[in-house]
Amino acid sequence: MLKVENINVYYGNIHAIRDVSFEVSRGEIVSLIGANGAGKSTILKTISGLLRTKTGTITFLDKDIHALAPHHIVERGLAHVPEGRRIFLQMTVQENLEMGAYTQKVGSLGEDLESVYQRFPRLKERRRQVAGTLSGGEQQMLAMGRALMSHPQLLMLDEPSMGLAPLLVEQIFDIIQELHQAGTTILLVEQNAQMALSIADRAYVLETGRIVMNGSAREMLEDDQVRKAYLGM
Amino acid sequence: MNNTLGQRRIPMPTRYLINLVLVVVSLAVLHYISAAGIISSYYSKILMLVGINIILAVSLNVATGYLGQLPLGHAGFMAVGGYAAGIFLKAMPMPNLNRLPEGTNELAAHLQYNAYLALALVLAGVVAAIFGVIIGVPALRLKGDYLAIITLGFGEIIRVILLNIDDVLGFEFTYGASGLKRIPKAATVTNVFVCVVITCAIIHLVLKSRHGRAVLSIRENEIAAESCGVNTTYYKVMAFTLSAFFAGVAGALYATYVGILQPSTFGFMKSIEILVIVVLGGMGSMLGSVLSATVLTALPQMLLAFDKWRMVLYSLVLIIVMIFKPSGLLGTYDFSLSRVLEKLLNRFGGKKKEVAK
Repeated sequence: MLKVENINVYYGNIHAIRDVSFEVSRGEIVSLIGANGAGKSTILKTISGLLRTKTGTITFLDKDIHALAPHHIVERGLAHVPEGRRIFLQMTVQENLEMGAYTQKVGSLGEDLESVYQRFPRLKERRRQVAGTLSGGEQQMLAMGRALMSHPQLLMLDEPSMGLAPLLVEQIFDIIQELHQAGTTILLVEQNAQMALSIADRAYVLETGRIVMNGSAREMLEDDQVRKAYLGM
Repeated sequence: MNNTLGQRRIPMPTRYLINLVLVVVSLAVLHYISAAGIISSYYSKILMLVGINIILAVSLNVATGYLGQLPLGHAGFMAVGGYAAGIFLKAMPMPNLNRLPEGTNELAAHLQYNAYLALALVLAGVVAAIFGVIIGVPALRLKGDYLAIITLGFGEIIRVILLNIDDVLGFEFTYGASGLKRIPKAATVTNVFVCVVITCAIIHLVLKSRHGRAVLSIRENEIAAESCGVNTTYYKVMAFTLSAFFAGVAGALYATYVGILQPSTFGFMKSIEILVIVVLGGMGSMLGSVLSATVLTALPQMLLAFDKWRMVLYSLVLIIVMIFKPSGLLGTYDFSLSRVLEKLLNRFGGKKKEVAK
């Protein structure tokens, strides 16, 4: 479904991503794990068009998207929940969700809202509330709900556990699994490698802009090297 | 019509109808009192200036309050519009309404006169909007201070060009420092009022639409807007151009109000003056811009009695407001007549008949 081939990304002179290749097939949860600064978020931003590659190609649903503008990429069914949640703090919960449906041309707004509210009952309770007054976990749910409003085929989540209490992290990961079971393909970027590997099918390990390891998530959880480097065991 | 909370709401066409009726009534009143000489020409002059400043403030508010940028070249767009309208009107065979030749149809002459004026206003807006696109495309890649400086530079370039273009090209076009004179003084209290209403209505409708939501989302969080699929470049330029268009219209009204344009009028301080109005009223509040344009235009005139002290008082008002209400008088609050009516209906109208089915 998504195929990234030999991309190189620069921030000015800094070579942030070096020859990274990976792919995500329909129906999978694929996780990118790695330490701070390894380039995980950079890769997601590049896929969604916020950053540009210097070389390499990105293919999504058999179309090359590496030169498309971000809004065209969203229209093709690729939704990105950016790091740090990035919701519209001064809009209400419902307005945030409506913004998520911005690219949708058919008038299914009501049904879509209802299905998001069904998945996130907390958001329904607070739909008239200004989003800035939500707790961190609720804001994460809102960011995910907003992304779902665009009917994504592939959902890219950037650090959904960041800054959340352990209990909430589990809740968020439960929701990710539910979304997956409902048929959404997921590309998950996480520092919390333990959690990410426990729900992912496959994983790629990034180190200073390179992929140093890849394989099934289950095997990685048992791999000594990974356990030492990323799971602190 | 009931919403989900079971409250009565006024349906859309009725809302517009109420507003339209109010606008027409105010227009009629205004026309009557100015025609009957109830307000002196001195006060009608102030009223026109208030109207022009309202258009300037409301249009600048699109770029500052709603888009969240800080352009400092609004006077530049105003100048472009003013000169475009001035040159156009001077070239047109405007009938002299005070001394119509014997036997001409008075109504036809009035119609012709106002049609030229309307054309000039639209032309001024379009020319300013074109400049808006030209400046906006490169400038809006930058943010904050950088955008402020590049637009400030633009404003100054316009002023200097207007000052020197005749000398350099050898034309008689803007008449340099001596100014473009004898522009027909076509602005009246009523047609300024009509322009104010049209400006506010168009800006309001654009901002309430899907496009307006997109503009607001850019102010709130540009990255999130982008990840929702909003074409941020397009909407930034669109909002900026809309802002420039109405600045041009205001410039044209100004030209037909004073009858003479000099480049020095459109200096850096003019842009700052408009920005002060917007900030004082509240960035993101249309009513705020309208009120503060009214107060800040009328205040210096009202304080004429205090002679030397009036600019001191004017400055003090600004300082005090900014200390006690830094978000401006109204913040981002906007007035909605229908919302107030709905509240009243819900409180007192329990037993009365439904407003609509």
